[in-house]
Amino acid sequence: MSIQIDWQAFTPISLVGGLMLGVATVILLLGIGRIAGISGIFSSLLKPKRVEMWQILFILGLVISPVLYRLARPLPNVEISTSLPLLIAAGLLVGFGTRLGSGCTSGHGICGNARLSPRSLAATVTFMLLGIVTVYIGRHVLGLL
Amino acid sequence: MLKNIIGLLAGLLFGFGLLVSGMTDPVKVQGFLDVFGAWDISLALVMGGGLFVAFFGVLLAKRQENSWIGTPIDMPSKTVITKQLIIGAMLFGIGWGLVGICPGPGIVLLGTGQWQAYVFIPAMVVGMLVYQWFEPKIG
Repeated sequence: MSIQIDWQAFTPISLVGGLMLGVATVILLLGIGRIAGISGIFSSLLKPKRVEMWQILFILGLVISPVLYRLARPLPNVEISTSLPLLIAAGLLVGFGTRLGSGCTSGHGICGNARLSPRSLAATVTFMLLGIVTVYIGRHVLGLL
Repeated sequence: MLKNIIGLLAGLLFGFGLLVSGMTDPVKVQGFLDVFGAWDISLALVMGGGLFVAFFGVLLAKRQENSWIGTPIDMPSKTVITKQLIIGAMLFGIGWGLVGICPGPGIVLLGTGQWQAYVFIPAMVVGMLVYQWFEPKIG
């Protein structure tokens, strides 16, 4: 196995997006003292007795962000070719896994690692590794992805 | 009131960041995870950029008694790496690799009208509800 970087697909603008994600988490942390963990905030919507208004509005902000974005510039072209059963299986795994593991790419990957949390570092290494293995097997062994 | 406005603005900015970064494009996400294929390293910049800013945010937060609205600042202090944490991260990693969508981008794709998000997110909700039902049994 050799590693080949696909420079044609490389998009330096991703750095700008990353900085924006950082600013959003800092606004939430300094502004209201809360962690921008998307799976955690989203799952609080499933607990009607405990959900807070800001959590509903945060998720609403995510949903309407492309609507506003489109006013300024065209939305990035997204093509998803994943089959229906795979979409369902992945959704179930992501939902269950992020709750059992207390976070996802935002809560662990950005917020937790910024705190130098050993739990978040362990979680990030684990989900990155499993993501890499899954794409390797799915794409290069089974030819499914 | 201010708390709600900050929540909404943070959600909007987070959504814009996901759109600009390429995280809402599963082809790019899978390209990033495809280390042994044609590796698209762009998304390393997303975590790098996000972490860079968030790191300074955490430094500021540690010097602050309270948040801007006067509430205490949430700093999870658990350090124990449990079986639940690792198994959960493993399951999440597999699901993320299968379609290239994690929770934030999945929710943003609801707003772009991508029909696949209307399958993925309800399935994610079911996964979370199964956990809620399962949680008391595993402690």
